[in-house]
Amino acid sequence: MDFSIQQLEQKAEAIREDIIRMLLEAGSGHSAGPLGMADVFTALYFSVLRHDPNNPTWEDRDRLVLSNGHICPVLYATLAESGYFPTEELLTLRKLGTRLQGHPSKVDLPGVEVSAGPLGQGISQAIGMALAGILDQKKYQVYCAMSDGEHNEGQTWEAILFAGKERLANLTTIIDRNNIQIDGFTEDIMPLESLKAKYEAFNWHVLEVDGHNIERVIDACSEATAIYEKPVCIIAHTIPGKGVDFMEGKPEWHGKTPNPQEAQMALEELRTLKGRIQYE
Amino acid sequence: MSEEPKEYATRDGFGEGIVEAARADERVVVLTADLKDSLKLTAFAKEFPTRFIECGVAEQNMMGIAAGLAHSGKIPFVCSYAVFSPGRNWDQLRVSVCYSQANVKIIGGHTGLSVGADGATHQGLEDIAITRVLPNLTVVVPADSGESKKATLAIAQYSGPCYVRLTREKSPSIVTTESIFTIGKANVLRQGSDVTIIGCGPLLAEVLKAARVLEKEGIHAEVVNNHTIKPLDSETILTSVKKTKRVVTIEDHQIMGGMGSSVCELLSQEYPVPVHRMGMQDSFGESGTPQELYTKYGLTSEAIAQRVKDILV
Repeated sequence: MDFSIQQLEQKAEAIREDIIRMLLEAGSGHSAGPLGMADVFTALYFSVLRHDPNNPTWEDRDRLVLSNGHICPVLYATLAESGYFPTEELLTLRKLGTRLQGHPSKVDLPGVEVSAGPLGQGISQAIGMALAGILDQKKYQVYCAMSDGEHNEGQTWEAILFAGKERLANLTTIIDRNNIQIDGFTEDIMPLESLKAKYEAFNWHVLEVDGHNIERVIDACSEATAIYEKPVCIIAHTIPGKGVDFMEGKPEWHGKTPNPQEAQMALEELRTLKGRIQYE
Repeated sequence: MSEEPKEYATRDGFGEGIVEAARADERVVVLTADLKDSLKLTAFAKEFPTRFIECGVAEQNMMGIAAGLAHSGKIPFVCSYAVFSPGRNWDQLRVSVCYSQANVKIIGGHTGLSVGADGATHQGLEDIAITRVLPNLTVVVPADSGESKKATLAIAQYSGPCYVRLTREKSPSIVTTESIFTIGKANVLRQGSDVTIIGCGPLLAEVLKAARVLEKEGIHAEVVNNHTIKPLDSETILTSVKKTKRVVTIEDHQIMGGMGSSVCELLSQEYPVPVHRMGMQDSFGESGTPQELYTKYGLTSEAIAQRVKDILV
C-alpha cells in the first residue's frame, strides 16, 4: 500500500505515542533514541522496505538490521503498527515472559532480524546477509540502522573496511546522527567528525539527510539502491527525543524513561506535534 | 630401521573434512581471518573460491558476518586460532551467534601447549572454559586427524552453533577409521576396572600409553575419549565411574572450567567420587618444544601413570 507523506507523518506520530506509553509502562529503557528515529523507521517500514508482516521469514524480503538494540522501542512500535503483532503487546515491553525483550531477541519476536545489545554487532551481521544475497543471486537490499555512538567500537570499523573492500552495493547503513551517547555529546566523548570523510576514505558512498523529513529519507534510500559498486551510508541528522520538547537534544534522556507526569506532558505535546517539526 | 607411521594434525583432518562437507552441501561457506594456510583451507579456497570469505585480521567482524550468513540459510565455518576466535570475539559469539541460535561453526586452531615455540600468547588454554559456558553451543575436541574429519562432517550436518578445538602439531592416530563419531557420545577406548581416565584431544595418545604401562603392573585403567565436552555424555561417564570409583581427567587446557571441571560438575551431583584433574594448573604456557612443555607441565604418559598409582595407594 502506498501512503501519502501526510499519512506517513501520522504513522510516525502514532509510533511516538506508542513509544512513550511503552516506556512509561516498562519503567526503564531509553527515550531519546527511539523518538529520534521514529521518522526514519516510518519511512523504512511503510515505504522503503519490501516486506510482508504475515510472512516475516520471506526469503526475498529486504532486511532491516537494528544494530543499536537499545532503541528497540521504535522497532517494536513500528513492527506492531505494520502488523507483525498486536499493538497491545507493546505494553509487555521488558516484562517477564515477553517477546519484547529489553534488547531485541531474534528468536523470540518475528520481524526482528538480529539480536542486538552490545554495540557494533549489527553491521557485521548485515554484511553477512548482503553476502548471502549475492551468493544466492537475490535482489533484496540490506539496511542497517546504527547509532553514531557505536562508531566508537572497533568492530564497526572492521565492518566498514570489509564492506568497502567487497563493494557491497546491496548494503545501506543509516546512521542516527543525534550527537549524543550515554555519557554526553559524541564530540566530547569520542569525536567522530568528519564522519562523511571517514566513510568515503573507506570506499563508501555517503548521503546526508534530515532524519525527520520522511520524504527525504525515502528519496535517500532509493538513491542508495541506485548506486552500484559501493555500499552506501546515509547519515540521518536527527534530534534525540524529537517530538517531546523537554527531551529534545538532551543526553540525560538517552537512558531514562518518563514518569507519569512527564509521559502525560509528552503525549499532550505529541498531539500538537504537527507543524512543530519542520519538513523542508 | 622401522618406518614411522605417518602422522597428521587435527587441523589436517579438518582441512579434508571441510572440502567434503562443502561438496555435499552447497550452503557450507568458510571465513578466515588471514589464516587460510594455517587452518588447512587452501584446498577449500581453490575448489570453492566464491564460498571462501577472507576477512583480514578482524575476528569480531568475522564472527558477525558468519552470524548474518547463518541467518540467511548458510552454514558458515569461522576459522582462526582459538586465542583470537573465540578468544577475541567472544561477545560476538555470545550474542550474534549463541543467543540467536545461529548455525555457525567455530573452528579454533592452535590450542594447547603443542603450539610450542610461539609461546603463551598463542597457546589456547582457556577456550573450552569460555565456550562450554555459553548456552546453545556444542563443544567438540577431536583426538586425532581422523576424528577431526568425522567431527567436521558431523557438525556440518548438525543444526546449531558448534565449537571445534584443533591443534597444530602432528599427533598419533588414536581413533580407528571404523569407529563411529556421534556428537555427545563418548567412546571407551580401553576397558578397565581400577580407574577411569577421561581425556580429550591428542593427549589421549599419552593416556593410552600410560594405560599400557599400568596394565603391566596389574592396574586396569578404563580410558574414555570424551570428545564432546558439551553436551556431556553423562551415561558413558557414569557407567564407567560406577565400575571403577576412581577418576583422573586430563586435558591440554586449564583445569579450571575445562573438560575435567565438567566431569566434576556431573559427578558431584550424580555419583560423588574423588576426581583428579590433570591439565594446566592455573598458569600460562611458554616457549619450548611441545615435548619439553608437556614434560615441564606434567602432561606425559609417565606423569599420568604416576598419578594413577598415587591415587590407588
